[in-house]
Amino acid sequence: MHIVVCIKQVPDSAQIRVHPVTNTIMRQGVPTIINPYDLFALEEALRLRDRFGGEVTVLTMGPPMAEDSLRKALGIGADRGVLLTDRFFAGSDTLATSYALAQAVRKIGETWGVPEIVFTGKQTIDGDTAQVGPGIACRLGLQQLTYVASIQNLDLAGGTITVSRRAEGGVQELKTKIPALITMLEGSNEVRRGSIGDVLRGARAELVVWNAQAAGIADMTNCGLRGSPTVVKRVFAPKGRAIKAIQIDTKDRDNEAIVEDLIARLYAVQPSLEDDLLRMAAGY
Amino acid sequence: MATIEERFDAIVVGAGPAGNAAAYTMAKAGLKVLQLERGEYPGSKNVQGAILYADALEKIIPDFREDAPLERHVIEQRIWMMDDTSHTGMHYRSEDFNEEKPNRYTIIRAQFDRWFNAKVREAGGIVLCETTVTELVKDTKGHVIGVLTDRHGGPLLADVVVMAEGVNGLVGQRAGLRDELKPQAVALAVKEMHFLPQEVVESRFNLSGDAGVVIEAMGAVSKGMVGTGFLYTNRESISVGIGCIVEDLAKSGVTPYALLDQFKAHPSIAPLIAGAEVKEYAAHLIPEGGFRSMPAIYGGGWVVAGDAAHLVNSVHREGSNLAMTSGRIAAETIIWLKRRREPCAFDNLAEYRKRLEASFVLKDMRKYQKIPGLLHNNRQLLNLYPRMLSGVAQSWLRVDGKAKRSKEAEIFKAVRKQRGVVGLVADGLRLARAWR
Repeated sequence: MHIVVCIKQVPDSAQIRVHPVTNTIMRQGVPTIINPYDLFALEEALRLRDRFGGEVTVLTMGPPMAEDSLRKALGIGADRGVLLTDRFFAGSDTLATSYALAQAVRKIGETWGVPEIVFTGKQTIDGDTAQVGPGIACRLGLQQLTYVASIQNLDLAGGTITVSRRAEGGVQELKTKIPALITMLEGSNEVRRGSIGDVLRGARAELVVWNAQAAGIADMTNCGLRGSPTVVKRVFAPKGRAIKAIQIDTKDRDNEAIVEDLIARLYAVQPSLEDDLLRMAAGY
Repeated sequence: MATIEERFDAIVVGAGPAGNAAAYTMAKAGLKVLQLERGEYPGSKNVQGAILYADALEKIIPDFREDAPLERHVIEQRIWMMDDTSHTGMHYRSEDFNEEKPNRYTIIRAQFDRWFNAKVREAGGIVLCETTVTELVKDTKGHVIGVLTDRHGGPLLADVVVMAEGVNGLVGQRAGLRDELKPQAVALAVKEMHFLPQEVVESRFNLSGDAGVVIEAMGAVSKGMVGTGFLYTNRESISVGIGCIVEDLAKSGVTPYALLDQFKAHPSIAPLIAGAEVKEYAAHLIPEGGFRSMPAIYGGGWVVAGDAAHLVNSVHREGSNLAMTSGRIAAETIIWLKRRREPCAFDNLAEYRKRLEASFVLKDMRKYQKIPGLLHNNRQLLNLYPRMLSGVAQSWLRVDGKAKRSKEAEIFKAVRKQRGVVGLVADGLRLARAWR
């Protein structure tokens, strides 16, 4: 079987620093990692490959330096790395990203065989939208299984897959036809450590590098900034929270005085509260 | 697991200054080099103040200034003798240091080491991170032929293993090539990165452009232990740290972070970092035992470079340049042997030691070999004298209606009381002898 895993290179959030003066993220010098959720997807793909045979192709879109994430994935055990890189992709939002990735998956299918399963992580840690996986499924007409905690059964001959999906209020067991796209939840497996042979191969492998044209993308209006209806209006750091708890002295005071004190202090930090309460009171 | 059939010309353990210098030099000469680093990325485990000495790097990558992540070039050096409330300083600042190719830079090692290691890969070296060398593999004659790692598979075979594994030197230790670190021969340094707007850094130190200041401090800040404090200006942060000999820390019971807190609170240091946001705390060991604590640095199929070989000149606060230079010389020796088609056997690798002896590295190490012992046995040098100097400076400068002659007499009396003429002369002689 053939499995495609989409991964993204993201800044290591544990090492990101916010510029103390400008409040912007200091990306310079911040090490990059494979989006942690994608690693669970990769491990799940490798397990299926180990069980059923076949190949795992890892796909990423990004600047040339995203090559590092592919080499890491190869070092964990993937068979092939495809880097989709083109300046036309710069500024892509989730719509444009899913378009480009879907095209690339199609091209991968034409080149090395149509994948039975496409994996992504449930979301990235830098964008946090969880839209790209479903976007790819939609564009390629794949069955869509999101927030998957585990794969219960894969029946290649019958062309079906059964998974457990974490949903609000419980776990759903879903069975659907393949080809399917699965977005994996965190903690669904333990990511393996590649052997010395794997990491050596990963460090030296010839990566497949595609620009838009090579990936079979002819219409550039769907790509990059032009293909992205989302606009970042402003980036800001959330205001720091109050660092000090206010203590109200209760000793030798009656309840009414304490409550009045409390309300006065609440009004002091939230002046609109008085009006709101009065308005609500008027409704009774 | 399949064994790795291929054989490398050299395996380099570690991706710090010594390892990168060795790996880059060999890869550039066309050798098949495999570099193994235990950290997540090169530099992730490395800590230094840090000052980069351009000369050592220039001899490896002449045009490094074009793209290396440098913070500021150093135009001013301050040496401060401190007591609890004051410092007596010797400052040297020169416009000459604003030269086209400056001599010293402040750097941030996590960034610098990644840059240096990228050069290794560009030169054709293979770098594997998150891979810890656990063991040296030897043949029946005890000649090192490769390494085992914490990953499945292997061993990885090579004609020579360059151990640039840093101060702890666990690989060499496990292989019985060197002893455990001795607490009197190693310092523990802690440091913090204090972030400030660039303009604030520049106005506090009278800087413009990329110029920077370095402060080295000694005296009361080390609380009677053998140690020094430092403060380096980066582009928009200040590195502040202090280090003391581990044996002294253990004896005194003073925790390193308490020591750093006291250093930061010193009235001479506090205003320089006031209002800054601390973003990083790091600690590292420095092998400060000098020439006399150096382990064997070569053998059949192996050489040692950098901190693992204890190549640190603690008097001049140099280490990374000795690391780079020893890494380069180790590499050049290996390249030389390869070209002559000679094996990396014990006798042949003696050439590495010979070349190191001929370079500034072992000449300086030899020159200061008595200093660590001297400081160990003569605590007054780092503690009494800075205090005494402060006392002298203060009495001299305070205008208090006393006649100058009686003031001078008072100063001499105070000095004599603290150390005595014999002690003073003896200290002078000891220092001169050790320095020679």
